[in-house]
This record gives sequence, C-alpha cells and structure tokens, in this order.
Amino acid sequence: MIEEIITSGRMNHEIDPQLHIWGWEIPLYLFLGGLVAGILILSGVFYILGREERYPFTIKILPIVTPLLLSIGLFALFLDLSHKLYFWRLYTIIRWNSPMSWGAWTLMAIFPLSILWSVTWLEDLKPQWFNNYKWLHSSLDLLRKYRQKLAMIMVFFSLILGMYTGILLSAFNARPFWNTAILGPLFLVSGLSGAAALVVLFSKETREKKIFGRIDLLLITIEIFLLIHLFMGFLSGTQVHIEAAKMFLGGPYTTFFWVFIMGFGLVFPGILEFMELRKFKVPTAIPAILVLIGGLLLRIIIVDAGQASRWLY
Amino acid sequence: MRYGMAIDALKCVGCSDCVVACQTENNVPIGYCRDWIVEKTTGTYPQLQMEIRSERCNHCSNAPCVRSCPTSASHYGKGGIVLVDENACIGCKACIASCPYDARFIHPEGYVDKCTFCLHRVEKGQDPACVAVCPTKCMYFGDLDDPRSEVSQIMKKRKWKTLIPEAGTSPNIFYLI
Repeated sequence: MIEEIITSGRMNHEIDPQLHIWGWEIPLYLFLGGLVAGILILSGVFYILGREERYPFTIKILPIVTPLLLSIGLFALFLDLSHKLYFWRLYTIIRWNSPMSWGAWTLMAIFPLSILWSVTWLEDLKPQWFNNYKWLHSSLDLLRKYRQKLAMIMVFFSLILGMYTGILLSAFNARPFWNTAILGPLFLVSGLSGAAALVVLFSKETREKKIFGRIDLLLITIEIFLLIHLFMGFLSGTQVHIEAAKMFLGGPYTTFFWVFIMGFGLVFPGILEFMELRKFKVPTAIPAILVLIGGLLLRIIIVDAGQASRWLY
Repeated sequence: MRYGMAIDALKCVGCSDCVVACQTENNVPIGYCRDWIVEKTTGTYPQLQMEIRSERCNHCSNAPCVRSCPTSASHYGKGGIVLVDENACIGCKACIASCPYDARFIHPEGYVDKCTFCLHRVEKGQDPACVAVCPTKCMYFGDLDDPRSEVSQIMKKRKWKTLIPEAGTSPNIFYLI
C-alpha cells in the first residue's frame, strides 16, 4: 500500500481546506440570467416567426418580468463582490479572454434591450398608463416600427447571455468539474426549459400551455442527454476529471444530484409532461414548478461541486 | 527578462521561516499567507519518503488568473511577475477560482492579494524576503532568460520539476529534486 499524506501550512479563508468563494449569490444569478435569456429568446423567436396571436403570453406578457428578474440577479452579483465600490472598473475595459468581462458587457446590452422590449408590449396591453406621457408614446411608436430588428438583436444577445453563464464556469481549467464545454449549452437549454415552464405555469391560453409543455419536454430530453454526455466526457477524461465525476457517482453529491435534480427536476416532470401528451389528466403546474426548482438546484450543485473539485498534486 | 525561482526540495526542512518573513515584509494580514509549506509523505512505514516544498504563486507565463480577470487588475508586471492592481480589483474572485495552485486570497480590505516576488525589493536589486531569510539557503531567485544568473546555473546542474505542468500554466517556480 502506498500512503500519501499532504500537510499544508496554509489556512487562507475561502481557500482552505477547500475553495468556497461563491455562495448562494452566484447560482441565483446564473439561474435568473439563464431564465431571462430563455424568456427573451422564446419571446423574440416566436415574434420573428409571427406567432403574436397564437402565443400572446410568451411574446407580450412574460418578457415584462425580465428587467425585474435581471435586477435581482445583478443585485445578487453585486452582493458577491468583495471590493464593491470598484465594480465600475468592469466597464473601463473589454477583455476578450475573460468570460466575466464579456458577460458584463452583454448585460450592459441586454438590460436596456429587455426594458425596451417589454415597455413596447406594456403599452399595447395597458395604453391608459401611457396617456399622460405623449413623448414616451411617440418614441415607443418609433420603436414599434423596428420591432423585428429589435427582436433579432435581442435574441442574439440573449443567446450569448444564456451560453455565457455556463462558459463563465467552464473557462476555469483549475476546477476540473467546471472545465467542460458542455456547461454552456447545458445552461442555455436549462434556461429555455425554465422559461417554457413559466409559460405553462402562468399562461391562460390552453393551446399555448399545451405547445409549450411539448417544447419543455423536448428541452428536458436534450438537458438529460447533455448531462449524461457531461459524465461520459469526464469518465473518459484525465484522472482529475474522473475524480470530479466520482463526486456524483458514489461521492458526496450523488444523492442530491440523482434524486433532486435528475429525478425530481428532469425525469419526473418529463414523464408527467409525456403522460399529458398521451391525454392523461395531469395538473400542468406540477412539472412546471419542478422544472424551475430543478434549474435552480442544478446551478447550486454545479457551482458548489466545481469548487470542491481540484487538481491533485 | 523572466523572473523565476528554484527551490531545493532536498535542502528545505520546512521551518516556515519564508512564510514568516513574507508576512512581516509584506504586512500580510494576520491569518493569511502568501507562501506556505507542503509536506508530502509517500510510502508505507518503514519505507517512507518525504518531500518538503515551500510553495507560493508560480508567476505562470500563461497565467489563468490574468486571463480570467475582467478588469485587468491581474496583470504581468516587470519580468513576468504576476501582480494585482488593488484599485482595479472588484473582488469577483474569478482569479481565485482559476488558480490551480490556490495561491490567491481576499485581503480583508476586499481586493485580491498574492505573492509579488517582493517586487519592491527586487527593484532595489535585493532578493525576495523568503529567499533572503532561508536558513538552509535552498531558494534561488533571478532572471531565467540570463544563462549566467544563479537560478539558471543551478537548473542546468540539477534535475527539476514544476507543479501541475499539465494544467498548461507554464509555471516559473521550479523544484530541484
């Protein structure tokens, strides 16, 4: 038997005995960022496809919450900074090597876009709110003329937002569990799935609910596939990646991940939505709520597990 | 010019003098350290082998912390020394997550802190505090690009290794083994 004992004389808070720099703020932001990206992509894409009358909730109503969700997410992000008063330094430079930098700039674009997009719809829904503001009314009219272009730009930046929340983590070579390119697409699909679940949950149109239930089923299937792919990639990787996968295959994260995320967050709502497709009576709110909780838990566990995984030397 | 350090793992006794010298020289807040000692024991009694290393930031030539920093607070200074500009650091901790050696920490004042190779001493032609104070003289500091420097000379004579070269960081701290 060969024993290997490493005694370190270092005890820096937040690094030792294990990295724990990011608490609840980052996963919450990643979840809300992904959800906003998902909502804006669905809204923009179906608007471009001309489905305004068929999916009114998705296109017109749901986007109205995005500025609020983004604000909460950004506030969480701000809380996480340890040198808060210097946050503006983010906007003094663009660094292409740093996903956090282009993420910050993407937010700078998507935040005003989400406000513009939702305000034009808000006026359609509640014109009486805008009666006293003539100048606003005329500028919104101008904006409405370019809605198609606005939708395209918004979808483009939303795609970057949805992907970047994953790439932010996958760029960290030093944490093997994060160091996989799958995280980008995984977080994007998970964000879209959460957005579809919100439509199922809050839309009043039966047809819209049904279609988005199906879309969600497709997205859940892709997400399960991506997660399996993630572990296949790790298991055929280097020793550190195998160790990272083992945390979920018998290690400390096993039960939490396979029961609450894979089970109650993906497979179970997937089965329920499939049964609904087969004309069984299923309360649609259940799978939708489970998908949303699963999406948040997925971020929490990935942020946590990444910090627990490391190079061995 | 490329500053580097060679540390003789056969001579190091793990006395932690380098750690204390660094804390004193750089006013490192209590409870934190910029360099530290690792004792690695392998084998089964009575066939045991021990390697003692004084570790610190590797001042990598391909530093992931510099790459991941969104504000350029982490940057390459004179001779490739990896430094943090505390007035540009927002405390996002991306550099801490990106360092495979876990060489960085958050200073109680909020910004990220780390080994600077004692740049303020090096500029005056002195060795970093850890090197200067080592009682077994097991550390060598100098310009790796200069073949006549002490560190280049010792690396020619001795076998050496770097830590986790497979992480792709091109570290500039070498352990003589």
